Amino acid sequence: MTDWPILSTVTFLPLVGVLLLLLTREDGPFGRRNILNVSLLTTVFTFVVSLFIWIGFDNSNPGFQMVEKHSWLGTGISYHLGVDGISMLFVILTTFLMPFCVLASWDSIQKRLKEYMIAFLLLEVVMVGVFVSLDIVLFYVFFEATLVPMFIIIGVWGGKDRVYASYKFFLYTLLGSVLMMLAIMAMYWQAGTTDITELLKFGFPAGMQTWLWLAFFASFAVKMPMWPVHTWLPDAHVQAPTAGSVILAGVMLKLGGYGFIRFSLAMFPLASEHFAPFVFGLSVLAIIYTSLVALMQEDIKKLIAYSSVAHMGYVTMGIFAANQQGLQGAIFQMLSHGIVSGALFLCVGVIYDRLHTRDIAAYGGLVNNMPKYAVAFMILTMANVGLPGTSGFVGEFLTIIGIFRVNTWVALFAATGVILSASYALWLYRRVIFGALEKESLKGLLDLNTREKIILYPLVALTIFFGVYPAPVFDATAASVDLLVNNYSAALQAAEKLALVVH
Amino acid sequence: MIYKAIVFLPLIGFLIAGLFGRSIGAKASEYVTSGLMIVVAILSWIVFFDVAMAHGSGHDVIKVSVLRWVQSGGLDFEWAFRIDTLTAVMFVVVNTVSTLVHLYSIGYMHHDPHRPRFFAYLSLFTFAMLMLVTSDNLAQMFFGWEGVGLASYLLIGFWYKKPSASAAAMKAFIVNRVGDFGFVLGISGIFVLFGSINFETIFATAQSYLPAEGAADAGQVVINLFGMHLDKGHALTGICLLLFMGAMGKSAQFLLHTWLPDAMEGPTPVSALIHAATMVTAGVFLVARMSPVFELSPDALTVVTLIGAITAFFAATVGLVQNDIKRVIAYSTCSQLGYMFVALGLGAYGAAVFHLFTHAFFKALLFLGAGSVIHAVDGEQDMRYMGGLRKHIPYTFWAMTIGTLALTGVGIPGTMLGFAGFFSKDVIIESAYASHTGVASFAFTLLVIAALFTSFYSWRLAFLTFFGKPRASSDVMHHVHESPMIMLFPLAVLTVGAIFAGVVFEGYFFGHHYAEFWKGALFTLPDNQILEEFHHVPLWVKWSPFAAMLTGFVTAWYMYIKSPSTPKRLAENHRVLYQFLLNKWYFDELYDFLFVRSAKALGRFLWKKGDVAVIDAYGPNGIAARVADITRGVVRLQSGYLYHYAFAMLIGVAALVTWMMLGSAL
Repeated sequence: MTDWPILSTVTFLPLVGVLLLLLTREDGPFGRRNILNVSLLTTVFTFVVSLFIWIGFDNSNPGFQMVEKHSWLGTGISYHLGVDGISMLFVILTTFLMPFCVLASWDSIQKRLKEYMIAFLLLEVVMVGVFVSLDIVLFYVFFEATLVPMFIIIGVWGGKDRVYASYKFFLYTLLGSVLMMLAIMAMYWQAGTTDITELLKFGFPAGMQTWLWLAFFASFAVKMPMWPVHTWLPDAHVQAPTAGSVILAGVMLKLGGYGFIRFSLAMFPLASEHFAPFVFGLSVLAIIYTSLVALMQEDIKKLIAYSSVAHMGYVTMGIFAANQQGLQGAIFQMLSHGIVSGALFLCVGVIYDRLHTRDIAAYGGLVNNMPKYAVAFMILTMANVGLPGTSGFVGEFLTIIGIFRVNTWVALFAATGVILSASYALWLYRRVIFGALEKESLKGLLDLNTREKIILYPLVALTIFFGVYPAPVFDATAASVDLLVNNYSAALQAAEKLALVVH
Repeated sequence: MIYKAIVFLPLIGFLIAGLFGRSIGAKASEYVTSGLMIVVAILSWIVFFDVAMAHGSGHDVIKVSVLRWVQSGGLDFEWAFRIDTLTAVMFVVVNTVSTLVHLYSIGYMHHDPHRPRFFAYLSLFTFAMLMLVTSDNLAQMFFGWEGVGLASYLLIGFWYKKPSASAAAMKAFIVNRVGDFGFVLGISGIFVLFGSINFETIFATAQSYLPAEGAADAGQVVINLFGMHLDKGHALTGICLLLFMGAMGKSAQFLLHTWLPDAMEGPTPVSALIHAATMVTAGVFLVARMSPVFELSPDALTVVTLIGAITAFFAATVGLVQNDIKRVIAYSTCSQLGYMFVALGLGAYGAAVFHLFTHAFFKALLFLGAGSVIHAVDGEQDMRYMGGLRKHIPYTFWAMTIGTLALTGVGIPGTMLGFAGFFSKDVIIESAYASHTGVASFAFTLLVIAALFTSFYSWRLAFLTFFGKPRASSDVMHHVHESPMIMLFPLAVLTVGAIFAGVVFEGYFFGHHYAEFWKGALFTLPDNQILEEFHHVPLWVKWSPFAAMLTGFVTAWYMYIKSPSTPKRLAENHRVLYQFLLNKWYFDELYDFLFVRSAKALGRFLWKKGDVAVIDAYGPNGIAARVADITRGVVRLQSGYLYHYAFAMLIGVAALVTWMMLGSAL
């Protein structure tokens, strides 16, 4: 078991599904059925296998585990995989969400189902690849490769303005990735290696850190997304099919946060410290600005998309607070947001499938004929608001405490999100769910069917579970985060000492 | 074990009624939840006698661990119970009232099709409230705090078809969140100062903040709070004020009170349980629980007194002119909470909790009585359409009268004769006088005036509802009926409480048995002598609330029994004042303008102007447009005519040749 390459297995397992799909013919209900079954089985199986990563994971080991290393291309670049406490749970999150995406697409995707599923399985490969890569070139390849399937998913299976949305998405992300590639080249020339484990130990000179940090920041900030490069997200979400939104909010946004922790904070501590106030400013702006914008949205998906931007504000703030509470809170917030916002988009998908509109004004009084839906939506709304007892609270609370230790002003402004999130979320809930059932078009809507229950109930249950008992997550992340924080403060102290000597 | 049973049985009731309510039916849901609550109430009284009334068991606090929660770096808190006298008192208050409200609701909600949901919410609320009062750390308290907020939101909006109910529910939650904003920051501050958010550590470490000790590091900066570099004393003040902001939200104190009157949209039993007896007192509980910290910050306590006194006065003035029977009682609650905060601010924590205790009985009684009245007159809540109900619903009338006597504090000073409110309220007023600080005298004055107003609006309510000629339509009057036994029984129990809760328990809460009753659950500094001093106030001070009460009664009697045309004439003569009071000092309009509308306008502006007109226009769309411009230019060059291309080629060749010749020449 120990030398079994489990990370490679999990990463490339979906390719088996792709192969099977290529051999399947898509004609008639039978072929359709086959495609769905193959995709579902592949994703479920991948998830089950990925659980062995968590089972075999040693919580007390702060370093990388289950490492695989093979030389690649003969250039010093290697095929190097491994997970630590920071990346491991993101792998699980990714494999966990995929079956839900397949289920969410069960009826709603009518054309080119085969290609759609292939795109999703490929997306899974590259997303898992990002989190397990221990070579920066490999990371870069996976990181950029996530763009392609998502671009296609939005552009082909999206809504009315899908082409505009997919180009906007592409244009934004491209800008950052060019700069990141330059930075990676510079790092290679400086350090002579592309191995992340080596780079983590290599202390980059202070002046260089600034430029590298900025280059990486350009890429990750777009992915997060941080204000003001967030405007691709609402459009992408609105146009993407439901499953696309789930992956976009659930996993793709976390690539940015993961990058910040793995590269910006860990490799460029001096620059991170230097730019922290700048990040805090943008985070706080994101929380207040996008919450206010969310308040006024007329489109359900757009509202949730803007609320995602606000929640990511807590994440960036927590990361650059650079203490245990901030970092663990940020990681937890990302995982929780992956579940909660994914589930919220699935919720929107449920009523979109019935009425084919996302207009808030088209709804009202759904509690009358969809009580089960109303309950699920209520719990998820409360998680989005950050009610204690749901997973949304833990991350938000820890990041606020983490930032309070660093800067109380930032904490003050960030805490206004507590009020604003309640405002937009409850207002949305009131307009969609409460009230009398007056609109003719809504009277025939049926409550959740079995497939939708299978999709929503586990996510709702997990939301509450991790709110009450988040310990598994903290246990897994603690050691690696401690190591990171220690290295970070050690680097800062060393630099300070050096500055004293020079003077 | 008994503690876990008390806290988790309501949760089980909630889960049964909530998940299976549809399949087991309404009757079963009612019986299961109410039955569990009866068990819990009995256990609570056992615990009360065990923990609070037992003698000489020392200062030990019972701690029960339940489950791990969060452990991150130095931040470590778990799900656990902390049981001391304060918790035991809250157990009794919460579970007694909750049980009675469960029973009462069986009758009151008889016609409602959603009874399982209603009882599930009631039990959920009880569970959250119990988590709040048993909390061992601030995070768990925040869990209970927000949990009761959620239950309150769900219950206010219970009749979701009414737009006003949905709006009120939302308002309650969001205004509470304004308070929580401060609470969360306060918790963060506590963590930074004390390195923990567990009460045990906080209370132990707080001792090192005593002003007398360690004069050397007195001026040392311990925290940088919002740009202010604060030493130990001021740091505590800042943190306490942030925590108090949370208390203001939950306890509907002045400036954050606007949600409470609107919350009356919920079913009346809910108003009795949540918006009178238990949830709204959570703020009082918070300050009492945190007394080891608040006690060290005289400045914070001054603010608490000030806000409490203003609330007591403000809410009483608004209560004078309201016409909705439930709103009058709601403002009365708001005002009485002000009394409790004054007591807290004076350092008389025992008096505050004592008033919380008695108030729970008589205010729940008044609300349930009002519910019984509303039940009798077919859902009418406007007192202008009541009157003369005394003979039709005699039991309700007597219950309400006793509730009114208790609320107005009827009793003879200097003796042990009096209703519950007489003891607890007079103690607060006398303490205010005894404190001798400027703010305390200010509070004393306002409280006495508020006592007069309280007496007036309470008797006004009684006279308008039960006396005079019936003003309801004959159709309604024809149907007026006394409530069923299941509703009258809770009234009877609460009546007993409203009469005797004061006289029986005064000695324990704020009297000779203070120390052995509280066993250190409430912390006071050695120089806090309020417990002694309030006994020695001049006689006129002792009699002043009595005089105020009597004046209010006589005025109400004159205006609503003797000469019923007077109120109308007064209102017409003082039109501005009347409108000002009737419209609740125009707070709703002010807030709507300041916060609601401006937030919406700002949100729309940022969206349309910020995101669309600036970021998108200069960002992706701008770049795309520039790219399109350039390609359009390039396209224009490609005209398709052969001679154009030939010409271009010629120029190119010429340029190349020239360059090569020049290049080789150099």
